[in-house]
Amino acid sequence: MKDQIEYYKMRAALGKMSRREFFGRVGAVGVTAAVANTMLADAVRAAGPQKGGTIKIGISGGGSSDSLDPALTSNSTAGMVTRMWGETLVGLAPGGGLEFHLAESVSSSPDAKTWTFKIRSGVSFSNGKPLTAEDAMATLERHSGEDTKSGALGIMRGIKMVRTDGMDLIVELETANADLPFLLTDYHLMIQPNGGKDDPTAAIGTGPYLLKSAEPGVRFVFEKNPNNWRDEGHASTVEMLVINDDTARMAALQSGQVHAVNRVPPRTADLVGRAPNITVHSRSGPAHYVFVAHVDTDPFSNRDVMLALKYGMNRQEMVDKILFGYGSLGNDTPINSSYPLFTEMPQREYDPEKAAHHWKKSGHDGPVLLRTSDNSFPGAPDAAALFQQSLAAAGVPLEVKREPNDGYWSEVWNKQPFCTSYWGGRPVQDQMYSTAYLSTADWNDTRFKNEQFDQLLVGARAELDQTKRKQMYADMGTILHNEGGLICPMFNDLVEATSDAVAGWEQSAGFELMDLKAPIKLWVTA
Amino acid sequence: MNLALKLVAQRLALGIILLLLVSVLIFTGTLILPGDVAQSILGQSATPEALANLREELGLNEPAVARYFDWLGGLLTGDLGTALTNGQDIASSLGTRLKNTLFLAFWAAMVSVPLAIFLGLVAVRFRDRWPDKLISGLTLSTISIPEFLIGYVLMYFVGVKLGWAPTVSTIYDSMTLVEKLNAIALPVTVLTLVVLAHMMRMTRAAILNVMQSPYIETAELKGLTMFIIIWRHAFPNSVAPIVNVVMLNLAYLVVGVVVVEVVFTYPGMGQYLVDHVSKRDLPVVQACGLIFAAVYIGLNMIADIVSILSNPRLRHPK
Repeated sequence: MKDQIEYYKMRAALGKMSRREFFGRVGAVGVTAAVANTMLADAVRAAGPQKGGTIKIGISGGGSSDSLDPALTSNSTAGMVTRMWGETLVGLAPGGGLEFHLAESVSSSPDAKTWTFKIRSGVSFSNGKPLTAEDAMATLERHSGEDTKSGALGIMRGIKMVRTDGMDLIVELETANADLPFLLTDYHLMIQPNGGKDDPTAAIGTGPYLLKSAEPGVRFVFEKNPNNWRDEGHASTVEMLVINDDTARMAALQSGQVHAVNRVPPRTADLVGRAPNITVHSRSGPAHYVFVAHVDTDPFSNRDVMLALKYGMNRQEMVDKILFGYGSLGNDTPINSSYPLFTEMPQREYDPEKAAHHWKKSGHDGPVLLRTSDNSFPGAPDAAALFQQSLAAAGVPLEVKREPNDGYWSEVWNKQPFCTSYWGGRPVQDQMYSTAYLSTADWNDTRFKNEQFDQLLVGARAELDQTKRKQMYADMGTILHNEGGLICPMFNDLVEATSDAVAGWEQSAGFELMDLKAPIKLWVTA
Repeated sequence: MNLALKLVAQRLALGIILLLLVSVLIFTGTLILPGDVAQSILGQSATPEALANLREELGLNEPAVARYFDWLGGLLTGDLGTALTNGQDIASSLGTRLKNTLFLAFWAAMVSVPLAIFLGLVAVRFRDRWPDKLISGLTLSTISIPEFLIGYVLMYFVGVKLGWAPTVSTIYDSMTLVEKLNAIALPVTVLTLVVLAHMMRMTRAAILNVMQSPYIETAELKGLTMFIIIWRHAFPNSVAPIVNVVMLNLAYLVVGVVVVEVVFTYPGMGQYLVDHVSKRDLPVVQACGLIFAAVYIGLNMIADIVSILSNPRLRHPK
């Protein structure tokens, strides 16, 4: 019987037997549908990638105002488009480590201030021009120059000087940073000929696909780049359809018009996964939903008010009712186990008595005002209402004000003292903390200014001893957990789905849809 | 005929003044909205330096009045400018979107207008009997259900369960006409269901109104069949109100279908406009607004002219 199943698996994997037929045959020898499904997926993976065909991705998060300039990439669609035609020096490996793309190797001076990237030779851009270290230098210059408008400026600011030496790219930093290679995985930093200074929107790079048609907010078509240096990518054509409406995206997947979608609403994920030809993938990551309070503003400057709010948050309820179980508990820091140097801390539990105690001790009177909107995170107004209830049980009055979606990011978030928001997370702790919790950070949305925390953060950058570094991050986590203005109830899973017309899905670190590389890494099965 | 020309000229002049006023309104309206285009482009990853650089580059530091007249000058010389957000030429990207919007509106109108008028005539013919009640009942229920719901229901049953039509209606140039028509089958159906009742009920009411007149009685006494009476005698005399309603619905099919566009992922102008309003991309919003206003004004003008020309009393005012 075993041989028989093996035979069927091979036939199905090679596309010589339909899925239905496979289920029928193995069912006949007594295998249940669920087991058959796993067997088929394994067999398809084992058979190895198939070349050719068309992969269609239905993606949410893209608009008709998107630019092709990688410096202006600000959403998943634009990010995925740049991944298709371009490459960065280094990338994030599926497991979360570093992967070398256009740099062959990297080395640093012992003080982590001077970094040398050896640029891969024999690589050409899609316009035929060979890649040089000057191109890489020009790219970094374009994203860090005085007059840049790049979204990567924030992470490029620590760079003092970039120079080249043959195929070596040498980056000198103002202050030491042991994580520099991780910073350069940022998807804004696609290496373009002459850094894209001549024509930033030309979509010319070294990537596995060539952009054939671009209609921002509607559809992008790519064809395989025959000259890609590592022959990456399986399908010969990739089509990306921007489908921002959740229901429409799920229907497109179910009716077979697209093969993979991002952002399956947790509410309907179980329903979508019940369809026989669809697999729902969920992955825990660094993304989290937050309630952010300005700790320099009354009443949040009162530490007891902050603690009352933190103890009055029922985190388990949030995970159950807002994420429908597709997530994990937050612990009032932006870091979870998806970070390389994470240290577990005691979990803060919902404790109405402690909340009431701190509320009384604070001496504050009157309700606390929380602002929220639909787009601050999916289900934010509901989460705010749940928070109001769990606080009410502790006698802490919370007033919820619903704000319009439009203008929320410019007028409410990072401006008003208490609001709901989300963070997508970053590959390493340093980047997450530097972006939002350093005293001088532009996006310090909790106005958290702590000298000891800042010293640890800067110190950890220069610390090449991983054990010491880990301890420093653990200490910083504790400070933030106790004194910060961040109330982080939950880390949301990335929930995505593929149909059985494609295979090759694997859990990857980084952004959604396999770090936005799903169209490159998936292949068409039949 | 002279009178008709004068009428058209008058209406056109009024229309242009109206368009200018509309453009001022849109411009100030978009300025009043919180946030600006630089902030929207850079989003959460922006830094104050990047913001300042981008504002400078986009010319946002110039006074608003100067920007308005710059834009107006460009428009008068036929230049709609480039989008602030992605630097694409507005005329060409808007052109594609407008073509798509008109394509969808055209086919929706091709199906719904004749169907509505025909159903209206049938309803009159069988007044107060079951066909009349059935037609009214059905069309009134489809107009009462929100269009996104009809869209989702059709998508689920016709698209996902039966697999008769695609649920994603994205169309592009390399498609053949048949492929395009297949792609827009579901949105056309939804739009038809949404606009049917209004036109059908108006046709029915207008003709019934005329049916009370003495000349209809004469026609009946001549021994003409009911359909001939309606078609030859009643319908021409009730054209004015019907045309008015038809034009109003055509205008809706062009300017008001953003919900259907979103549900079916149709790359029309509504979606394009909404994206750019949320990014505060003024030149694009202005251009879209003007086109929408022009369509609205134009169709209403046609309705006016047709109703005046079809009515001898209005054609020869005292």
